[in-house]
Amino acid sequence: MSDTAVSVTGLSKRYRLGTTHAQDGSLAGALARGLRHLAGRQPAPPQTNDTLWALRDVSFEIKKGEVFGVIGTNGSGKSTLLKILSRVTEPTKGRAIINGRFCGLLEVGTGFHPELTGRDNVFMSGAILGMKRQEIAKKFDEIVAFAEVEQFIDTPVKHYSSVMYVRLGFSVLAHMDPDILIVDEVLAVGDVRFQKKCMGKMEDVGQHGRTVILVSHDMPAITRMCSRAILLNKGEVVQAGPAHDVVNHYLHAGHIQPAVEWPDPTQAPANDVVRLGAVRVRTEAGIVTDRFDIRKPIDLEVEFDVVKAGHIFVPVFNLYNEEDVLVFIAHDRDPAWQRTPRPTGRYTSTARIPGNLLAEGMVSVSSLMMTEDPFRLHVHAPRAIGFRVDDSGTGDSARGDFHGRWPGVVRPILEWRTRYIPE
Amino acid sequence: MASSFPESTSSSIVIEARTGYVQVGWRELWASRELLYFLAWRDLKTRYAQTANGAGWALMQPLLSTLIFTLVFGYLAKMPSDGLPYPTFAFAAILPWSLFSKSLERSTLSVVTEGGLIKKVYFPRLIIPIAATFINLVDFAVGLLILIGMMAWYQQVPQWTVLFLPFFVGIALLTALSVSLWLSALNVKYRDVASVVPLMTQLWMFASPVLYPASLVPESLRWYYGLNPMAGVIEGFRWALLGKTAPDWTMMAVSLAMVALLLIGGVIFFRRVERTFADLI
Repeated sequence: MSDTAVSVTGLSKRYRLGTTHAQDGSLAGALARGLRHLAGRQPAPPQTNDTLWALRDVSFEIKKGEVFGVIGTNGSGKSTLLKILSRVTEPTKGRAIINGRFCGLLEVGTGFHPELTGRDNVFMSGAILGMKRQEIAKKFDEIVAFAEVEQFIDTPVKHYSSVMYVRLGFSVLAHMDPDILIVDEVLAVGDVRFQKKCMGKMEDVGQHGRTVILVSHDMPAITRMCSRAILLNKGEVVQAGPAHDVVNHYLHAGHIQPAVEWPDPTQAPANDVVRLGAVRVRTEAGIVTDRFDIRKPIDLEVEFDVVKAGHIFVPVFNLYNEEDVLVFIAHDRDPAWQRTPRPTGRYTSTARIPGNLLAEGMVSVSSLMMTEDPFRLHVHAPRAIGFRVDDSGTGDSARGDFHGRWPGVVRPILEWRTRYIPE
Repeated sequence: MASSFPESTSSSIVIEARTGYVQVGWRELWASRELLYFLAWRDLKTRYAQTANGAGWALMQPLLSTLIFTLVFGYLAKMPSDGLPYPTFAFAAILPWSLFSKSLERSTLSVVTEGGLIKKVYFPRLIIPIAATFINLVDFAVGLLILIGMMAWYQQVPQWTVLFLPFFVGIALLTALSVSLWLSALNVKYRDVASVVPLMTQLWMFASPVLYPASLVPESLRWYYGLNPMAGVIEGFRWALLGKTAPDWTMMAVSLAMVALLLIGGVIFFRRVERTFADLI
């Protein structure tokens, strides 16, 4: 047999978007439409052609024993690829061949029921993943010991902390003994020590000739664990090769550029009133960069030309984090231009984001021009620029001396006060 | 292009778009029988964990129905009951009827209810409606004990015909499954299917010999009456348990043929549309 574990050729997946009728999801609506159509009263509604290629002509090969990374922003097609490989959904075109006992798991804790005890859930989850009962019984003690939940194994998992829950879920998965393992974001497990343990277990899996497909936003984990990786963008493979190179490409090229300029006015986002010239992100000192210290202010800047005088409008920035969550919207509140019609000419507006506000991670910025009342959107440059916020962990940020995962959309340092009454 | 999903061997799986008719995948289904058991076990366990009196309530409904039917139809309306005491006559029908209607209702919802699993992991989807149908056997078994008690009270001793009981139980489950294969798959796309089911089972009950004996239906119409598989099942139940009158075998044959037809169609339909489940849920 060949040494290929997974071979993917020309894999594509099309989703239909939107529908012509509001009642599309109801049988009553469907029947009513059918009857009207039969009676000739109303022509059949035209089929909408709104389709989205979530995956387009993706090909790659994974060797046996390889730990293979898949990276990309949200909406890049990662999860669609995983869904196809784990046979949850079917491809529209192309094929994938998988050699070996295979386990697809798109989430840790799949099949867990909150009312059941840890013990019951281990069996349930194992069965859903395709393990035989005897096999689960044989490995049961090992699974529980790895998850470190021995004391709570006969407690319903609804009483578990999220950390315990994920540990047990991962442990079942890690003891499946598959030839090929697909893991999505398992490494976002509560504490650092258990993360290391998981990674150790996964690296073991790799060394025992098992193949792992790892999908994660955690770039250091991808670089450390994977030999090769692919980068997906809008459903297509943008880059494939050694994990280190692909991660670098992802972090530095294309996807996050700290500045965009439109030297050619015909190419710039524009309408009859205003035309964008450039959008940039700078440090306090004016340096254009894609890396920012979490403690330092960040300046967002937009250059634009007013081509028709006499309109009132303001520049706007929308900030999104890497989960695609809108972090905030900022409208220009420079008093000099409030409710003031702008004469023609070139403007540069800068908004300063204070230090210790944004959380760590990638941020992408959309630039807009709008009139607030009556509302009118003039120009929109979606995701024009991006940058990354890092915390070097020196102890004077919101993190203090904590080094674990720290969720949350913003990370301000609040003003804390303590009232203390001695005994 | 091959017209079917390539058979997966133990070592190699081919994933591609399926076209044309789809195999049932018996081998895969058989290999997943433990999962079927686990799904059923989980549902039972959680159901009875959440409501301590789960089993008690499960019995209230058929018992109350029997009481009301006996009062209204047995004493007031003097409905004929083939010479049997009306309470056992009614309960012997309500038992398979609630097995059927509960299985149908639960199984119709099952695919959408298990949407979380369907979106996350692959396993033969047919297992879901099958498990949702079969777990109702537990409530049924408890009900059967009560029926035996009632029969003892009325001093009715089952004849050799009782050996046929498992057969009719099986047909009741297969009828529920055959219909819910269609409905559970349709319910993924058209969510109002689930709300039609209670109405449907209610109407269906009046089209079945639950309150009245099938002997009330004119001889010439029996053949058509048999198109409702539950007519055969319920008559068969009364015959197997209470003995008295043998069911109309022509009607029974029509019922069985109907179940077979619905079931085969249901499996094919379900397998055809299951590929879109994960995208639609």
